[in-house]
Amino acid sequence: MTTYREAMREAISEALLADERVFLMGEDVGMYGGCFAVSLGLLEKFGPERVRDTPLSESAFVGAGIGAAMGGMRPIVEIMTVNFSLLALDQILNNAATILHMSGGQFNVPLVIRMTTGAGRQLAAQHSHSLEGWYAHIPGLRILAPATVADARWMLAPALADPDPVLIFEHGSLYNVPGEPGTEKVDIVSAAVRRPGRDVTLLAYGGTLHKALSAAEELAGGGIEAEVVDLRVLRPLDEASIVASVAKTHRAVIVDEGWRSGSLSAEIAARLADRAFYELDAPVERVCTAEVPIPYARHMEEAALPQVPAVVEAARRAVSS
Amino acid sequence: MARKSRTQPSRDRELLRQMLRIRRFEERCVELYSGEKIRGFMHLYIGEEAVAAGVCHALTPEDTVVSTYREHGHALARGVPAKTIMAEMYGRVSGTSRGRGGSMHIFDAARRFYGGNAIVGGGLPLAVGLALADKLLERPRVTACFFGEGAMAEGEFHECLNLASLWRLPVLFACENNQYAMGTALARSQAETDLALRAAAYDVAAWPVDGMDARAVADAAGKACEAVRAGAGPHFLELRTYRFRAHSMYDPDRYRDKAEIEQWKHRDPLDVIELPGPETAELEKEIAQELDEAIDFAERAPLEPVEELTRFVYSEV
Ligand SMILES: Cc1ncc(C[n+]2csc(CCOP(=O)(O)OP(=O)(O)O)c2C)c(N)n1
Repeated sequence: MTTYREAMREAISEALLADERVFLMGEDVGMYGGCFAVSLGLLEKFGPERVRDTPLSESAFVGAGIGAAMGGMRPIVEIMTVNFSLLALDQILNNAATILHMSGGQFNVPLVIRMTTGAGRQLAAQHSHSLEGWYAHIPGLRILAPATVADARWMLAPALADPDPVLIFEHGSLYNVPGEPGTEKVDIVSAAVRRPGRDVTLLAYGGTLHKALSAAEELAGGGIEAEVVDLRVLRPLDEASIVASVAKTHRAVIVDEGWRSGSLSAEIAARLADRAFYELDAPVERVCTAEVPIPYARHMEEAALPQVPAVVEAARRAVSS
Repeated sequence: MARKSRTQPSRDRELLRQMLRIRRFEERCVELYSGEKIRGFMHLYIGEEAVAAGVCHALTPEDTVVSTYREHGHALARGVPAKTIMAEMYGRVSGTSRGRGGSMHIFDAARRFYGGNAIVGGGLPLAVGLALADKLLERPRVTACFFGEGAMAEGEFHECLNLASLWRLPVLFACENNQYAMGTALARSQAETDLALRAAAYDVAAWPVDGMDARAVADAAGKACEAVRAGAGPHFLELRTYRFRAHSMYDPDRYRDKAEIEQWKHRDPLDVIELPGPETAELEKEIAQELDEAIDFAERAPLEPVEELTRFVYSEV
């Protein structure tokens, strides 16, 4: 047994051992041990060249990560949270995601960027948003959302091996989750069925996977067998797996911590309308975050976020229609 | 130890009163945080009180304040009532931001307090814009913008100093140099540690101040505000201070030498000003009562009905 945090640390440590070109950089990753303690102890083990503290300069150090990747290194850049990644959005979108194409295939950017995302800890709007769906909008990026300890442990190596920029979103509420990392390698292209079922498909990822699994448990008590699909890879989406599950259950509920308008859930719903229209026996349901900046007060934050009862209700609605 | 003097008794009393309010308020907050009355991220200002007290002393009610996530001290010194700040931290609708902001997002329009901003450097452009509006509308105001020395590594700092200087905007840039940005010491993160020199590179009048001495801060801020009001353009103060506590309630504070912390505690800003006779004790009593009332107010304050969740995403006209 280990935790999501330790699994991530183990993965980084392994990567640093395996390849001299790999280094970790970001705000407080070294001396402080990482603001979520993911990199605790790595500075002592690998030294300040390879576990590199940066100033508060998101645009500069993310951009430098892009340059270093182009220069032959394999940087893992940590951004404290997705909220602060917006200061580096220009570098991520206009450089990392774009240079391969603009250069006619001459320059690739083998970079990994890790950051936390998500709400649920009463940190108010500027620390709580789920913007991975925005990044999943950008061609040229691969977007990962490890939801399990095993994925936290095993997704980093293939991400580093990918010749293109990969963004890894770690939901802040997952770090203390215990689990078995196992020894089996994982891929970074396919979704995973986390619970088989026949009546309805619950599509979730990252922080919402656990809510979907709880909802499935509750539904099972009422005789509804929900299949839970962990999207895992938000871009490029594993459309085949999504369609295959819906072709089996004929109903879909998408659980997305992003806002509903223009979200990942909107994209998936559109694809289901496109590729699985005749398989659907009910309208696609979506359980998303309310269209508000996340509030601090606990009762308001809970009301804003997708919660298990709402998923259960949506699934029941789908099944009974 | 800074020298003690008995000049300007009423100013001294006010400076000490504000510093004591901030210190005692936050000491109560620590207890309330342990009791889970306050949640989320909470950043304490203990040790840095002289900065807020001194800078706010130099401002008029017409002036504007832009703050950070470490803003309890700024808000209190600015005159935001302790009870509404406390209610905010309790997540109650009677709080400064209806419980939507919490510790990091105190806002008070009546006191021209334009918020706790939790994006490092995020307040700087706002301050430039507020000052631009004043200049365009010919209002003789100063916008005081608080930020940490860590924020000086962000591009926004450089962009804002350039813009404010270029347009001769009435901004007082109040840099709280407490030497650490979370766990990162200034010298480990910024190539030029003479902060006033860096501000001066943008042709902004800039000088360092002893940020543990409220009188020194009030003097410097007074002088700077006067010049800003007279149209001399933006000014920058490097307020040298220290936080006695960890960065936030989550921080194990592994990166600082305990001896260093103790050394700074010998320069506690509360010890610098001495009032005659029983005045300090009287202040303490007055403040204790204010804080009892604030906590009582927060305890009794209602929660916002969940039905109102989607309010204030767009203006209600
Ligand atoms: C853009 C951005 N990057 C990172 C953070 C995380 N963070 C919050 S406070 C802080 C340290 C800031 O230090 P400084 O500006 O010196 O202010 P202090 O906290 O010392 O008052 C960091 C890194 C953030 N809130 N925003």
